[in-house]
Amino acid sequence: MKFTLNVWRQNGPQDKGRMETYQVDQVSDDMSFLEMIDVLNEQLIGQGVDPVVFDHDCREGICGMCSMFINGEAHGPGRGVTTCQLHMREFKDGDEITIEPFRAKAFPVIKDLMVDRSAFDRIIQAGGYVSVNTSGNLPDANATPIEKPDADAAFDAATCIGCGACVATCKNASAMLFTSAKVSQFALLPQGQVEAKDRVLHMVNQMDLEGFGNCTNTGACEVECPKGISIENIARMNREFLSASITSK
Amino acid sequence: MATTRGLFGSSLARKYWMALTGLFLCSFLVIHLLGNLPLLMGKQEAFNAYAHFMTTFPLIKAVSYLLYASILLHTVDGLMLAKQNMAARPANYVKYNGAANANWSSRNMALLGTFTLLFLIIHMKSFWYEMHWGSVPMITDAEGSTYKDLYTITVAAFEQVWYSLFYVVAMISLGFHLWHGFASAFQTMGWSHPRYTPWIKAIGYGFAVLVPATFASIPLYILLT
Repeated sequence: MKFTLNVWRQNGPQDKGRMETYQVDQVSDDMSFLEMIDVLNEQLIGQGVDPVVFDHDCREGICGMCSMFINGEAHGPGRGVTTCQLHMREFKDGDEITIEPFRAKAFPVIKDLMVDRSAFDRIIQAGGYVSVNTSGNLPDANATPIEKPDADAAFDAATCIGCGACVATCKNASAMLFTSAKVSQFALLPQGQVEAKDRVLHMVNQMDLEGFGNCTNTGACEVECPKGISIENIARMNREFLSASITSK
Repeated sequence: MATTRGLFGSSLARKYWMALTGLFLCSFLVIHLLGNLPLLMGKQEAFNAYAHFMTTFPLIKAVSYLLYASILLHTVDGLMLAKQNMAARPANYVKYNGAANANWSSRNMALLGTFTLLFLIIHMKSFWYEMHWGSVPMITDAEGSTYKDLYTITVAAFEQVWYSLFYVVAMISLGFHLWHGFASAFQTMGWSHPRYTPWIKAIGYGFAVLVPATFASIPLYILLT
């Protein structure tokens, strides 16, 4: 397969950046999108051009590192996949593909397609944890009964890999889906109740401080989320925040 | 102890105010529509009596101040949110396929809201301002009560083609605003439930079509008869 790639090139955070066009051929339809970029980079290195910098790690769809905005969508046209799980068979031979970094004030570009998503880490640090000792004598797994639907919903929320596709795709660059998933995974479980109020207040506060936008409930985030996190979680966080704002001391 | 901005200042609080004022404005739309139905039946006396009641009854007057405050809050809050949202993505995408994952009305709430506000200003100047401070001719009904004849003013306004067409376009815009806004307000307040949310959405869609369509039929009816 052959492709024309329009790739965002930016030398560093301060550089203005621009689109560059490259041709790649000898791409197999079984290649993942990242492998196709590897082919491009081999080609660029051969030509003495700086290779395209991009984030990646596990390449099996669970780490959340790969972060490209492909043809106007986070992680490209596939549903329920990260960029590493997007395969070239999703495209037609000869397609023109536009590749950009995730764009948000809170996700500054480091170089080319790589952005700094440590704003997510700071939201987690603000309250996305339970302060219990998890080493040593663990209680029996069935000591605290939890209803199956609640356990399932908490686990579904916990599958968020923090990739930032929700922010990238949101027209407001809002981090509500991420933050609400991280609030929900504890809000549904008894272990999360002790710090529930402070958690939601602090995490939302940090989310605001990072400069993310507001939620317009367009639902674009849940469509693009590689893990299928539902905006049900956003409603739950809205509920938790409202009640915590009214009742916290 | 939480050191946060709580119910005023935080992004979620801003959205709560949008949702609550939006839903209150929806309830106003229903009352306003019911009161205007006499226009569709050509009932001059009933309409004038309604207009008189709405401008003089003390409880309605009190609620009307809440209404003005809601319109103001919904507008100012909405503009502030839109400004923050634009600032949250300073560099735009070269290619952005918004239609791939969200419907048009949900992506254009600020635009639709601004157009609705423009309509509201013209609408209030035409009728609300005239009724309160303008020169509306008086009329005496069969029972001898004297009212301001807002009916004649309204009919005269809607007999102008461009004015009526503007109303129809504004109602279409309002319809799109409500298409997303109604159910969105419930989601913002966290009033989400697997059993009730599908109903809320269905009611929202019905509301977004029926209410603006009935409003739009008033100028069309007057224009065509």
